Amino acid sequence: MSSTRAHGEISLTVNGEVRTVRAYPMERLLDVLRRQLGLTGAKEGCGEGECGSCCVLMDGALVNSCLVPVLHAQGAKILTVEGLAPTEQLHHLQQAFLECGGAQCGICTPGMILAAWYLLSKKPQPTHEEVKEGLAGNFCRCTGYSQILEAVTAAAQGNAG
Amino acid sequence: MRDTDNAMNADSIVGMPVPRKEGRDKVTGRAKYIDDMELPGMLYGATVRSRIPRGKIRNITFGPGIAWDEFVVVSAKDIPGKNCVALISDDQPCLAEEAINHPEEPILLLAHSNRHILPKAVEAVAIEYDPLPALFTMEASERCEQVIWGTDNTFKKYLVEKGEVDSVWAKADYIVEGEYATGAQEQLYIENNGVIASFDGEHGITVWGSLQCPYYVHKALMKLCNLPEDKVRVVQMETGGAFGGKEDYPSMIAAHAALLAIKSGKPVKLVYDRMEDMTATTKRHPSRTRHRTAVSRDGKILGGEIEFVIDGGAYATLSSVVLSRGTIHAGGPYYWPNVRIRAKAVATNAPPHGAFRGFGAPQSLFAMERHMDRIAATAGLSPVEIRRRNFLKRGETTTTDQVIHEAIDLDQLLERTLTLSGYRAKRERFRIENQSGMRRKGIGIAAFLHGAGFTGSGERYLASVVGVEGCADGRVQVLVSSTEFGQGTNTVLCQIAAEALGLPYDAITIAQPDTQQVPNSGPTVASRTVMVVGKLVESAARGLRQTLIASGVLGEKYSPDEFRAACARRVAERGALKSWARYEAPSGIFWDDEKYRGEAYAAYAWAVYVAEVTVDLNAYSVTVDDFVALQEVGKVLHPVLARGQITGGVAQGIGFALYEKVVWQDGRMVNGQMTNYIMPTSADLPPIRVYFEELGNVHGAFGAKGIGELPMDGPAPAIVNAVEDALGIGFSTIPLLPEDIFQAMSAQDQESSSLTPQGSR
Repeated sequence: MSSTRAHGEISLTVNGEVRTVRAYPMERLLDVLRRQLGLTGAKEGCGEGECGSCCVLMDGALVNSCLVPVLHAQGAKILTVEGLAPTEQLHHLQQAFLECGGAQCGICTPGMILAAWYLLSKKPQPTHEEVKEGLAGNFCRCTGYSQILEAVTAAAQGNAG
Repeated sequence: MRDTDNAMNADSIVGMPVPRKEGRDKVTGRAKYIDDMELPGMLYGATVRSRIPRGKIRNITFGPGIAWDEFVVVSAKDIPGKNCVALISDDQPCLAEEAINHPEEPILLLAHSNRHILPKAVEAVAIEYDPLPALFTMEASERCEQVIWGTDNTFKKYLVEKGEVDSVWAKADYIVEGEYATGAQEQLYIENNGVIASFDGEHGITVWGSLQCPYYVHKALMKLCNLPEDKVRVVQMETGGAFGGKEDYPSMIAAHAALLAIKSGKPVKLVYDRMEDMTATTKRHPSRTRHRTAVSRDGKILGGEIEFVIDGGAYATLSSVVLSRGTIHAGGPYYWPNVRIRAKAVATNAPPHGAFRGFGAPQSLFAMERHMDRIAATAGLSPVEIRRRNFLKRGETTTTDQVIHEAIDLDQLLERTLTLSGYRAKRERFRIENQSGMRRKGIGIAAFLHGAGFTGSGERYLASVVGVEGCADGRVQVLVSSTEFGQGTNTVLCQIAAEALGLPYDAITIAQPDTQQVPNSGPTVASRTVMVVGKLVESAARGLRQTLIASGVLGEKYSPDEFRAACARRVAERGALKSWARYEAPSGIFWDDEKYRGEAYAAYAWAVYVAEVTVDLNAYSVTVDDFVALQEVGKVLHPVLARGQITGGVAQGIGFALYEKVVWQDGRMVNGQMTNYIMPTSADLPPIRVYFEELGNVHGAFGAKGIGELPMDGPAPAIVNAVEDALGIGFSTIPLLPEDIFQAMSAQDQESSSLTPQGSR
């Protein structure tokens, strides 16, 4: 038991940079990203893996970082919204969200954009139904999703930016 | 050079889809919400809440296993001023002293530097109660089984009377009765309520938070902490959705954080988790509406009585105002020659219900629009025809005797929606196709209106002030306490200022709402921001331009560079350059607060929505297949944001109708999680097809009206009307879940004897 409780060193690659943190093994990846690494783009909406606002990419897979113990992220490659546009040049998905009205209050936006990034990484030209299904794990209370779906489609078709 | 006198010229910024002001920060994850902010030495707060609905606190003990000396503990005794959350009346305590009036009522506050040990500490506080009998339904409250508020459990009553209702019954060919009910609805902004407070003797209290109305919080903290105006500062952080849910509750959570900060001398962060937010904070008021309508043989409404009751929960909070809006909208967009509306808000032992988009109107309009279909069936007319025959026309009066001066043509609005949705052909086709198979299709209409701005004399009392500042670097900054929480406040107010000044959109910025920096432009509620505050921004911006021209530093025609230089020069020579505008009620507006008669709103938005549904007879589930939303909202100042308001409101309306059920047990919400309180996802929603008519509006900036709340009003009745079209069963209560449909269909199978139209004679 003690090994799961002790504070230990964990290394992970975040947005291309190797980072070492001291954390409890069961600490949530979300908290490590937000509190230790200052990457506050991932948000906590429900804390139980339902809303998707804490989504990040872990070794290319979309995960709810509120459900991932940081121990599981040992050695993993993490991509957060901050890693999408390391310079001032927006990623084409971000540009599309901006132009199409895909972000209103913005709290779901980082998770939503990463969910869209994941979808497009698997299916570069998704159908409308595939976009709807692909984003169904990410709640948005503001938009009614229409303009989010349009943003993802525009990004897939290279129409943004 | 631009011609700045032309309101909507070829270079207009108003009407263009300019990028959202804070959009870049939002898509990059840089936007700072309250939980993204940390202060040195900050403590974390938690709230100890009641576990009973009603009773008296007998004893509080701090249980074993917790190092209590490390905690800051606050009780009602620590409140420096008055123990209340000041809003309209001061009946709601900030912390319970002895009496408990609802589950989750705050009793004690704890703070510690380690947030992980707070939940354990909250659990370790043992509170003994002397329970009292509690009320959980409007009916029990009306019967006064217990008196839990005032002398008769009634927060507020309104009576609207027009014409001679008592004389119409004898002339009626049909008398149509119906009772309709709507459930509580959680706002479910994705960012929970949260604040940070800090205190020191010199500056007083500062609160940063996720909130809609900085000056509401300011007022509440002054009273609670017994501090003067300049010793309370409230700053709005980026706010992750609100929908009314952050109108009044932030005053409570800010008060709690402030008390912990005062006692500890350290900054304190208080951020709720999802369950605490859902179970302890406000929701849409549950409602019950009874209609009794006298109708002529040709389907004309002769008159009627409407009784509208809402459940306010345990304290008065905003119930009187929610009731007011629900009352005024109860007659829908129809002409009532005679009407009597009796409305009341009653107390129950649930957490207070509060503001949620639409603010009473979605409740009473659900009843009205369901009732119209019932009247149609009784009179042997179609849902289209019954509405056409009763629509308000220009020159006619609303239920409060307000004359409609606008050139609104609801017939034409309806006809266009029918065409856009293919209503007539679909209705025929569904009738044939529904004769076989396990899927039934239906199509339904809702026609409605929504008043923009505060009701009656409300805007006059608010007397909102806005400023437009010419800065030392030549930039222009809009100064308002109106907040951005997704709707586009920042963007549209900057567009308006740019348009009025003849400057590019990028030349305008907007100040972060901070009560030390911005004037009180009123709360960001009631679809008032673009229409009322926007008009003031327009006028303050024009004032700024005039000042520059009059002082000789700027010509009548100018380039953006010339304007910037003139601004900078004037500030360098004469100091800060701020132009102010204060709201003045338009002349000829009459409103009687006693009789509830007169010009209830400066402008109404109008809409006709059509919903197309499929009911699956295996699962008894309803899917919305298509949704057409046509509205007249004055001039659309930003097409992308305006459409986003409509699609978002329709989605919440679909949730209100078909998904979102608050399950109550002894006054407490027991499904306070996103896993068991179901809001629509991208996979659940139909294409939402949005169309605008633009008549303009003399009261709003560049012809705009309010838009935010309108789309919440129509979806629920349109959908339930469509379900009736599909199944031939008229449901009267929402949310309408598969189990309700199963029950109704089973009951119908059992008594398959002849069905007479319910409630008609």
